[in-house]
Amino acid sequence: MKSRWNWLHQWASPRWFYRRSGACIPWCAVAAAGLLAVALVWGLAFAPPDYQQGDSFRIFYIHLPAAVLAQSVFAGMAVAALVVLVWRVKLADLFIRAAAPFGASMTALALGTGAIWGKPAWGTWWEWDARLTATLVQFFLYLGVIGMHGAFGSTRTGGRAAALVCVLGALNLPIIKFSVNWWHTLHQPATFTLTAPPAMPAEMWLPALVAVLGFYALFAAVVLFQMQSEILYRERHTDWVRRLVDGAA
Amino acid sequence: MGILLRTEMRLLARRGAELFNPLGFFVLVCALFPLAVSPEAERLGGLAPGVIWVAAVLAVLLSLDSLFRHDFVSGALEQLLFSRHSLARLLALRVFGYWVLTGLPLALLAPVLGGMLHLPVAAWPVLVQSLLLGTPTLVLLGAAAAALTLPLGRANLLLALLVLPLFMPVLIFGSSAVAAASAGGSAAGQLAFLGALLIGVAAVAPHAIAAAVRIAVHLD
Repeated sequence: MKSRWNWLHQWASPRWFYRRSGACIPWCAVAAAGLLAVALVWGLAFAPPDYQQGDSFRIFYIHLPAAVLAQSVFAGMAVAALVVLVWRVKLADLFIRAAAPFGASMTALALGTGAIWGKPAWGTWWEWDARLTATLVQFFLYLGVIGMHGAFGSTRTGGRAAALVCVLGALNLPIIKFSVNWWHTLHQPATFTLTAPPAMPAEMWLPALVAVLGFYALFAAVVLFQMQSEILYRERHTDWVRRLVDGAA
Repeated sequence: MGILLRTEMRLLARRGAELFNPLGFFVLVCALFPLAVSPEAERLGGLAPGVIWVAAVLAVLLSLDSLFRHDFVSGALEQLLFSRHSLARLLALRVFGYWVLTGLPLALLAPVLGGMLHLPVAAWPVLVQSLLLGTPTLVLLGAAAAALTLPLGRANLLLALLVLPLFMPVLIFGSSAVAAASAGGSAAGQLAFLGALLIGVAAVAPHAIAAAVRIAVHLD
């Protein structure tokens, strides 16, 4: 039991994390490049065209993974935020700091590709559809978290404040989604649904699945790298960072 | 606790201008719409529920910064932390007192604006009810964000960025309640949702506000 706790505690040590994550980053980066190359070539060139939308549906292979990441990164941030507030683990704060910009750009990418896809598919760039509106709100929640970090600088107060914002946002997100759904049904907009056709042939959804995995690998590589830089910055006065930098120089 | 509430409210009441400003803002924003859109009764009447509610949300947002600012600067907020009472309860009391002096007048003033914007008289009671149920939720949610942004100084846009997404459900249910009532329908469902939101937020928000205050005064 004790050894297992020790194993767990190691992960809270920035120095140990720095070494371990350094070993992971190349693997994640290679996996991301490989998976994304496979998914994009397969999806954009070889997957069969949609019988209604033709080739314009192929933006789906970027839109879907971006939307998936936009949601799951926020969920991950909320969990990390609880860890910050309850156990005060510094690394969880670093994770939120690194993940928020990535999540925000994924949300922006999902909204952007959605708009580009919406023009040929529905004939409009933007529709006040429930899911679109909720995604837009989520984008603003991301901006709030990033703004909190930015306003306080690299301090403990900023980390805890941003964590509280994360938790409040995560608590509110279901309520916002629900109320937007209600509002949507009240307003009765043009009828179309965003749900992908469920009877999609395997050669159409398999590239999408590979793309999602590729985006996750990219997320891991980017976040680990940014966490490493932040660790170096925060621990810049410690011996091990000085030795590391001197050795590299 | 009763004495505490009375002191809080007396202190707030002495800062008359700060309490009056949001109300003036509320009225002025509503007065801008006929000028910008159209003074026709029919079009204004259709817009009125949304306009009044958006103006109310912005008025609450505008007043939030003054909720803790004075006490943060003078150090009175830190004193609260050393009280033997629970911080969450003290802050909930203070937020309630603040709402009585800001949100309550806003709700009571709303029918006047409804009249100015040609909202059907039948919808006025629902307008007041929706604001009575909705503004405490707004103040509770906003108080947590206001406490978090205290160390950042006055007039930061971050507060708006943090708070407005959280205000959206209240805005949706509030304005749709008034819209339903002005169309001659029943607004019971929307009002029930506003009440449910208020109960849920009242249970959670005091603890979030307390956590935010602790973070803001660097004691956590």
